[in-house]
Amino acid sequence: MSLSLRRFTDARVTLGRVGDAQPVAAHLAFQAAHAQARDAVWSALDIPALQAALPGAITVRSQARDRREYLLRPDLGRALAPCALPPAPGALVFVIADGLCATGVQSQAAALITAARPMLRLPIGPIIIAEQARVALGDAIGQAMGAAAIAMLIGERPGLSAQDSLGIYLTWAPRIGRTDAERNCISNIRPGGLSAPDAAAKLAWLLNAAQNLGTTGVALKDDMPATPLLP
Amino acid sequence: MPLARAVQTGQNTAMGFAHTLGGTRYVFDDLKTLLARATPFRSGDALAGVAAGSAAERVAAQYALADLPLRHFLHEAVVPYEADDVTRLILDTHDATAFAPIAHMTVGALRDHLLDTPDTTALAPGLTPEMVAAVSKIMRVSDLIAVARKCQITTRFRNTIGLPGTLSIRLQPNHPTDDARGVAAGVLDGLLLGAGDAVIGVNPATDNIETVMRLLEMLDHIRTRFDIPTQSCVLSHITTTMVAMQRGAPVDLVFQSIGGTQGVNESFGVSLSLLAEAQDAAHALQRGGPNVMYFETGQGSALSANAHHGVDQQTLECRAYAVARRYAPLLVNSVVGFIGPEYLFDGKQILRAGLEDHMCGKLLGLPMGVDICYTNHAEADQDDMDALLTCLANAGVTYIMGVPGADDVMLAYQSTSFHDGLYARRITGKRAAPEFEGWMTRMGVGGDAPALHPALIGLA
Repeated sequence: MSLSLRRFTDARVTLGRVGDAQPVAAHLAFQAAHAQARDAVWSALDIPALQAALPGAITVRSQARDRREYLLRPDLGRALAPCALPPAPGALVFVIADGLCATGVQSQAAALITAARPMLRLPIGPIIIAEQARVALGDAIGQAMGAAAIAMLIGERPGLSAQDSLGIYLTWAPRIGRTDAERNCISNIRPGGLSAPDAAAKLAWLLNAAQNLGTTGVALKDDMPATPLLP
Repeated sequence: MPLARAVQTGQNTAMGFAHTLGGTRYVFDDLKTLLARATPFRSGDALAGVAAGSAAERVAAQYALADLPLRHFLHEAVVPYEADDVTRLILDTHDATAFAPIAHMTVGALRDHLLDTPDTTALAPGLTPEMVAAVSKIMRVSDLIAVARKCQITTRFRNTIGLPGTLSIRLQPNHPTDDARGVAAGVLDGLLLGAGDAVIGVNPATDNIETVMRLLEMLDHIRTRFDIPTQSCVLSHITTTMVAMQRGAPVDLVFQSIGGTQGVNESFGVSLSLLAEAQDAAHALQRGGPNVMYFETGQGSALSANAHHGVDQQTLECRAYAVARRYAPLLVNSVVGFIGPEYLFDGKQILRAGLEDHMCGKLLGLPMGVDICYTNHAEADQDDMDALLTCLANAGVTYIMGVPGADDVMLAYQSTSFHDGLYARRITGKRAAPEFEGWMTRMGVGGDAPALHPALIGLA
């Protein structure tokens, strides 16, 4: 092909072909990326660094005791280990959670919250840092604090091309037992994906709409005008 | 009289089921317990607390299950009839005429019959998902392959999927920001490697309506520009697709993830009536057909939604196929390794589950494909996928995925590559859907393919 399609995407296009297989360079590049992703699954949050960036943040844990238990027992990752949380009635509470890979949360969460702050109408409650956390751990946290909404900033499953991706799950009136259909998700927040400022703008738009509707989830259609994603 | 009136709900009839093995008598209180204990081990059933407590208990359950008359499945529901619309769908639409030739059989006899008979296709309306799940639990991998390859299921939109001697590929050109040129680059790369006859299907990164409509327009533009005899799909939530149809977007197929209980479907934000409404809307567009629906399923989704009713995940997966077949889909695939290691922990569990899903879907009459895949937190790698791909290709899988380099840069998991599709067709001597195969020849795919110039679809 005269023109490389790789200009347009990070996907593994125009790899070439030996018989029906990929040439050795493409094969080894894949193996290397998978090895790095496997290692990233076992990465952990640097809590002191997060607390330095977000003074006053409170640390909690799920009931999963370690990474293997976290992987095999998502129910424990959704259950809050005993802790004391301050009330935050009527507030939006940000939860910074390791999820399936801590790297992207670690590097982007503080900047994202800083970018979102001036755009939000709701008051912002204390910031929570959660270890061995699943998305639904936010329901338990939100219920305990009486929050109006939870924005869960959680590490997404590492892929081969990206081990630094963050997702935001927004849940209005969080309480234990909410389903994923009752949340809105913004995914692929990372350098090269959705930027932190764009994600913050989308979060503000969704939160505003959620406040007007009194709900999140499939009833809240993301009808935000699309911005041009190309220069 | 509707069969359902005779259905026992709540607790079982009294005695339950039992088998003695090695001097120990194993008792199983009801049908769902028997099915769960008989299931080959997987992490999701352990997580749900329904797995057999020992290897011996599992085989005892398999003995008891093999002795169970098929008629019993019409009289004991694993999820209560009153509480679940999927159970009602299964029992209210059961075809007694199609069931008649096997009505005298046990589960064990059905296994032997399926392995012995040349053609299983006519049985489909007479089989319930629970019968199919049961029979798969007393099969080995080779049985799952041998039975599946006897099933011929053909569907049609703009081309014909599932004809003998064909293996189709969904071209999956996802992009992390839904960038139009990024997606188009993936599409062109796949077309040049023979992928895209099942569907050109994009998972959007967001459910934003404008973005979904823009992707639909873009895919339709590529299809018409190159005059490709295939169909496109943007795999947004069904309610988003319905809005897109109302706004005049070029929707070929309506996509939705579905599960095997009313509760899991509610967790996905769908109902049986909503699926029917969307199917009607897609038919009304008259863009192709008669098959206009595309469904994805996967073992573990019901437990993930806390809507499993104590039923094992493989039986629930089969119930999702009963939902699917109600809407005569063009395509159905299990996303077998995608749901996560808490449900299928490693390559061994994913391999077996993929072959179970494929055979069970086929026995129930579905055009079954498999997203042969794993996530990076599962104990699996590309070797495991090659093994499953090789098995499924020989089992006659209707279609597989084609992802650039097997690496989905949006969904962050690994599936099969365009190259894997070429390999699977090569080792089985299979070809693309005939209309698409003819197009590939006309376009010179495999050679220079000068007509497929990037500039024609905005890649310049």
